[in-house]
Amino acid sequence: MGTLNMLVLVCLVYVAFLFLVAFAAERAAIRGKGGWLRSPIVYTLSLSIYCTAWTFYGAVGYAARSGLEYLTIYIGPSLVMVGWWWVLRKLVRIGRTQRVTSIADLISSRYGKSNLLAVGVTVLAVIGTTPYIALQLQSVTVSFAVFSDVYDASAPLGEQESNALLVAAGLALFTIIFGTRNLDVNERHHGVVMAIAVEAVVKLFALLAVGVFVVWGIGGGVGDILQRIDASKIGTWQIEGDRWATLIFLSAAAFLCLPRMFQVLVVENDSEDHLRTASWAFPAYLMVMSLFVVPIAVVGLDLLPAGSNPDFFVLTVPLATGNNSLAMLSFLGGFSSATSMVIVAALALSTMVSNHIVMPIWLNSNFGGATVSGDVRHVVLLSRRISIGAVVTLGYLYYRMSGGGTALASIGLISFAGVAQFLPVLIGGIFWRGATRLGAFAGLTVGFVIWAYALLLPSFGTGTLVSEALLAQGPLGIGWLRPQAFFGITGMDPLVHAIFWSILLNALAFFLVSLGGFPSPVERLQGAQFVNVFEHSGTPQGWSGDLVQSEDLMIMAQRILGAREAQGLFEREAKRQGMGGVLPEPSPDFLQVLERELSGSVGVATAHAMVEQIVGGASVSVEDLMAVADETAQIMEHSSQLEAKSQELSRTARQLRQANDKLTQISSQKDAFLSQVSHELRTPMTSIRAFSEILRDTDRLSAAEQTKYSTIIHDEALRLTRLLDDLLDLSVLESGQVSLNVQTGKLDGLLDHAIATALTGSGQDSLRIRRTRGHKQALLRTDLDRLSQVFINLIGNAQKYCDAENPELRIEVSQSNGQVTVDFIDNGHGISKKDQAVIFEKFARAGVQRASGAGLGLAICREIMTRLGGTVSYLPGQGGAAFRVVLADQDQLAAQ
Amino acid sequence: MSERPKHLFLERQSYRRRRLIDLIRMCPVIGAILWAVPLLWRTDGAEQISTSDAVVYVFLVWLGLVLMSAFLARALRDGGDADGDGS
Repeated sequence: MGTLNMLVLVCLVYVAFLFLVAFAAERAAIRGKGGWLRSPIVYTLSLSIYCTAWTFYGAVGYAARSGLEYLTIYIGPSLVMVGWWWVLRKLVRIGRTQRVTSIADLISSRYGKSNLLAVGVTVLAVIGTTPYIALQLQSVTVSFAVFSDVYDASAPLGEQESNALLVAAGLALFTIIFGTRNLDVNERHHGVVMAIAVEAVVKLFALLAVGVFVVWGIGGGVGDILQRIDASKIGTWQIEGDRWATLIFLSAAAFLCLPRMFQVLVVENDSEDHLRTASWAFPAYLMVMSLFVVPIAVVGLDLLPAGSNPDFFVLTVPLATGNNSLAMLSFLGGFSSATSMVIVAALALSTMVSNHIVMPIWLNSNFGGATVSGDVRHVVLLSRRISIGAVVTLGYLYYRMSGGGTALASIGLISFAGVAQFLPVLIGGIFWRGATRLGAFAGLTVGFVIWAYALLLPSFGTGTLVSEALLAQGPLGIGWLRPQAFFGITGMDPLVHAIFWSILLNALAFFLVSLGGFPSPVERLQGAQFVNVFEHSGTPQGWSGDLVQSEDLMIMAQRILGAREAQGLFEREAKRQGMGGVLPEPSPDFLQVLERELSGSVGVATAHAMVEQIVGGASVSVEDLMAVADETAQIMEHSSQLEAKSQELSRTARQLRQANDKLTQISSQKDAFLSQVSHELRTPMTSIRAFSEILRDTDRLSAAEQTKYSTIIHDEALRLTRLLDDLLDLSVLESGQVSLNVQTGKLDGLLDHAIATALTGSGQDSLRIRRTRGHKQALLRTDLDRLSQVFINLIGNAQKYCDAENPELRIEVSQSNGQVTVDFIDNGHGISKKDQAVIFEKFARAGVQRASGAGLGLAICREIMTRLGGTVSYLPGQGGAAFRVVLADQDQLAAQ
Repeated sequence: MSERPKHLFLERQSYRRRRLIDLIRMCPVIGAILWAVPLLWRTDGAEQISTSDAVVYVFLVWLGLVLMSAFLARALRDGGDADGDGS
């Protein structure tokens, strides 16, 4: 018994070590120093809970019985990992965006957040996993027994059972301590993950140590072992093709569907990047794990007496050769495999049970729903803890009842086949938008009924739950319903038979019922989000929550997330909405965020139900429905919007370019203007200075000369004044600050006045005016002074520039469409084409400089007419210089 | 899947990345085919395959897949993981 005490001591030390590791990891994570906790290597190692005691002990037994068939169990997951781009990447992305907490949560969330479906999946998962937990307990207790030399097939099981109970209690305790420390919104358990990563290393190292010992210690190296393999009873390839293919498929399916695998693959995943590393590292891990299985089996068969249990060769071979420390290491490896599986399985199942069964019942029964006050986090945690205890207890009870007799591998396969029933619903849900809740129900029901009927019940042994007659003749003598020969097809391997029919009919029922049904809006929305998770990860399904009270939501959130966390969340959201204070508007976006946060703690379906209770039902807005109905149209609209935006942008760019050109032009105009102005000012100033110097410095000037020079100075000063007046006038007009003095008057009178003013001081012969009597009675309502200024300017121009022998100016007034136009046409040479373009610019003077003038007149005219709402333009093709003044429409009143 | 008008041609880097992803997608298919080869082996008669040969074959396929996946994962990382959408 000394060995046994030693063993117990080693076990306790090891378990204490694991506690320490988990504790340290939790501490590091809380302190934010847990960067190394989230490395891809830790993620990969945590996946190794796939390799349970079934692998560690059972694979060797499997190999000793059936040759290389055990490899199928590792080939399937290897293919899934290598093909991560197909399924796992999508699952992980969905898990992250939807805050999925378990496989039941994922399925219920996909199919319209149906809690009933979640309950179904949970129950099935518990049924499928319990035997597996029993298997782990059994392996630990049997390995205890093997080690302590009391193992005998017929020995009383009392001591083993008490061991099993101890182990079960210890595991439950560990899981409760590290799995339910806090209600993490991300549902990640750094302590647990770190501990199972360490256990993964231990079991790999232990199995490799035994393998190396067997190959190079007992055998004579690789060549010798290969010879021994060929010489043994499993020396030739004897695997039926159907089993080989079916088991590869089965293990691949189970790898995706096992609740514990889903927990580590999806829920505990920190980054999609880790998947990339795990895609090759985990197959490598599996390869190394299964590398020495056949050598150990063959050497065990050689070395140990016939009839020894091959399931424990990993222990018995080192023991038989007297390597107690190696056997101890091997025991620890097996112990690690079993414990890590039970811990994660219990964690995953307890999350499911608590979120989908306990919490909904509690919320419904206690105090009438989600609006009561008080923190429910402790209820969630308590329900998790109780669930963990219940799951492990269930496993223990199963172990007690089954008596621990069945070969390890067969329990494992039956369990695999059970959870593999989730596959059609899972894969259909993430790739096919047409999959519906009813279809999922139908598929799962059909699959599990067939699984139970054709595989689970017969596995308890003929005559216990399934009678011999039922097996041979079928229920009530219906031959085609025989549990192991559906539709009269006999001769199939029972396992292959059950898997083939259950998965096939499951998928078929799922498919057909989905085709026939019509999904609810929430289902369709979730379906679109799941299937197109890479296209629009961020577009959530909305609540139409105008009537919701944010305060109620706050009360509820505080109870589930904790007061501080909830307040933080609300404050953050309020800030995001651009509001002060703590309470955000209950916008659909906010409700979506809140639901996601809550679902991290209580699962999607429950969170949805709780928010729904407060929001009050209508969870799908018209926009959402439209989004589902014509997503294509939306996308197209989006694209056309983009196109329109791009056009708008290029239009704006064009306008900007034009504006820039104009600004450049104006800038150069301004420069030109300045130099013009200085030039114009300098000329009169020069003569004023010169003549004033003469007057000052010359003593003997005659009176006539003095008068002459003074007159010149005076004239120049007048010219300067005029120039400055014009400039001032122009700048006032251009800046738009001019105030118009609107009066009513007759056009005729205005013209008379303008002609009289313009011709003042010049001989009457100098310019002959011919006026056509048209509509000169037209009554105008405008700034008459300004208009007159324009007319004077135009007449003055004709007087100054007309180079004809007998200068003559025709003034023609016409009226059309309510517009009055006044044309001023002289009989000179007109203005050259080149000059026509610039005559309205400042300081532009056409042709030779014949008369004084700064060249501002026409520029002022144009500005005035613009202010008055009319135009003045050059009228080409009239023989001489011709200007047309168009008066604004409203300026003219009917005179008749 | 959608009617969204897509660019007909991609720049070289994106093109290479898509082909790399195609190869990653093919990995499990290649593995499945290679591991399906044992289905062709005889399970009785004189020409049975010895277990040692079978072990060597299965593990060589395994090693090949692991190395290939490791290489591709590395290439994918080096190529930048801009958007995961490899459609």
